[in-house]
Amino acid sequence: MNAFSEIVELKGHIIDSLSLPRVLDAILAQGGEFEFESVSIGRTRAEQSVVKIRVSAPDQATLESVLAYIEREGANRLDQGDAQFVPAPADGVFPDGFYCTTNLPTRVRINGSWLAVERIEMDCGIVVADGRAVTTPMNHVRAGDAVVVGHEGVRVETRPRAREAGVFEFMASAVSSEKPKTVMIAAVARMIAETKRAGKRVLLVAGPAVVHAGSTEAVAGMIRGGRIDLLFAGNALALHDIEAAIYGTSLGVSVKEGKPAAHGHEHHLRAVNTVRGVGSIAEAVRRGIITRGIMYECVRAGIPYVLAGSIRDDGPLPDVITDTLEAQDAMRAQIPGVGLALMVGTTLHSVATGNMLPAEVEVVAVDINPAVVTKLSDRGTHQAIGVVTDAALFMQELARMLGEEGLCAAF
Amino acid sequence: MRRFLMCPPDHYGIEYEINPWMRREHPADHALAAAQWGNLYETLGEMPDTQIELVNPAPGLPDMVFTANAGLIKGDLFIASRFRYPERQGEEEHFERWFASHGFVVETLPDALKFEGAGDVLRAGDTWFGAYYYRSAPAALAAVSEILGEEVLPLRLVDERFYHLDTCFLPVGDSLVYYPGAFDQYSLTVIRGMFPDAIEVTPEEVATFACNSVVIGEWVLMNTGAPRLCAALAARGLSCVTTELSEFLKAGGAAKCLTLAL
Repeated sequence: MNAFSEIVELKGHIIDSLSLPRVLDAILAQGGEFEFESVSIGRTRAEQSVVKIRVSAPDQATLESVLAYIEREGANRLDQGDAQFVPAPADGVFPDGFYCTTNLPTRVRINGSWLAVERIEMDCGIVVADGRAVTTPMNHVRAGDAVVVGHEGVRVETRPRAREAGVFEFMASAVSSEKPKTVMIAAVARMIAETKRAGKRVLLVAGPAVVHAGSTEAVAGMIRGGRIDLLFAGNALALHDIEAAIYGTSLGVSVKEGKPAAHGHEHHLRAVNTVRGVGSIAEAVRRGIITRGIMYECVRAGIPYVLAGSIRDDGPLPDVITDTLEAQDAMRAQIPGVGLALMVGTTLHSVATGNMLPAEVEVVAVDINPAVVTKLSDRGTHQAIGVVTDAALFMQELARMLGEEGLCAAF
Repeated sequence: MRRFLMCPPDHYGIEYEINPWMRREHPADHALAAAQWGNLYETLGEMPDTQIELVNPAPGLPDMVFTANAGLIKGDLFIASRFRYPERQGEEEHFERWFASHGFVVETLPDALKFEGAGDVLRAGDTWFGAYYYRSAPAALAAVSEILGEEVLPLRLVDERFYHLDTCFLPVGDSLVYYPGAFDQYSLTVIRGMFPDAIEVTPEEVATFACNSVVIGEWVLMNTGAPRLCAALAARGLSCVTTELSEFLKAGGAAKCLTLAL
């Protein structure tokens, strides 16, 4: 079923007169598709039949031309009613039957006109107030807020994706570890360049594997070069990075030599203790305690980062937001303006971020495990493109292609 | 007694163009039109058990002469037309007033649905057929069916020269005379399924408005120029009665359009 759709009604003696097949054939011939919403066949010769048909098309223009065509054959657009609202019964609770959002552009009909819903995010509700309709997470709704219920007066649209054919086209197919990596990484490099050119921000969502597998320099270089504008991660990535910056190890193992350092397992805790002692990562950078790495480059370049905590965190670092709802809000606050999300080596943060992104944001998920991309798609981030490869190798090759290593200045 | 409503052609003329037959540079000869209308009036009046009523013509409404488009009649029920073109909408009040003052119950369609009466809805066999596309709206046919409490099968017209059902579809007894080129494939399937013995009219003869005829028992009153149809009708025991109506063909109408069976 295409995303652009309207319901039409065809009424009268439409069976014996072949009016119904005429309309259905016309829909298909004009480039549309149909689905029956309801069918009521007259029980006597005099009684009329009424069918409601959902007509859909791949784009709005085709839909309009299909509707105009079949209108002359008697299939009239149903006058859809306004969206219905019910007050939220309590803080943090939606009313029964609340409309559950998608990550697609959405409109609600209020007083006969279609109002664009602000701040698109999946799995939320829609609160209407002061002539505005705003996507609202469950924990943010307040008792008495007017919440949209049911599907009447709600219209979801998709824009045709402006992705070029060729590499991007085949990347949009199912996740596979069999695709030529170099071609795919080059395509991602081009997406970054295009995102920047369009004046949009590039978000990196990264797991600790990026550090302990040895691509800190590649990521730091991309931040330094202005290729990344925003970082979402957890305590682990930041702490591994800071441990490497201070001790040259990641979880006690030398990042350069791959050998365990003496008492290396303590480095991790000593690093977090040090940063806690000065109050923040930025302060540790200012005092010269952290002199290189991903977090260092973020602080130096003024790149915003959101570190969200989890139950297994050591420390955590003072910058880590341990209240998950607060962390979600901090992430949400940064999402406007993001055009491309690069998710590398993390399942938890990838899914959390995917949940918040509007469908028009391009998502590239890189993981050695194909299940991560599948999981993202299963949770509604259908736009995610998967690259199945080692996270560190991917970042190194990407940085090289972006010219940060001085090897290639293609962009 | 068969009663018909006619309207004298006092104000008849080609004053606008709302179908492919009308061309202002080919005006009707007024005296000839009056004579042809008079002949039709007399011929019809001479048919057994017929009576003709007249509605007063109104200035500025040249097509009021085509009374078949005034509305649809069933018993004492009159469903008033709602003309598609503004040029004819002025006729509505005159016809409604006449029917209301002659003992008819006047019904109108909801939502100003376009509907052109007995020009587009005809009974053939035991079924009402309604044409749409050029004049009447499909939704109007559904509304008419509701008022009648009977089935009305919609037919889709595809040739703008045959813009009303009564220009290409002539019920005769339990059978039908029709022009296949005026209907789409779906409607042709319906017509052929319901009237396997229907007479198909040639493109040449349909252009003489041979389908726009008045059937009275075994008599078929029509314009001249359709000898093949008349021969086919004769084979079924029906006789053509022809009367020249050339001046009215210039406006896209003939015998059936000029009369409304009451």
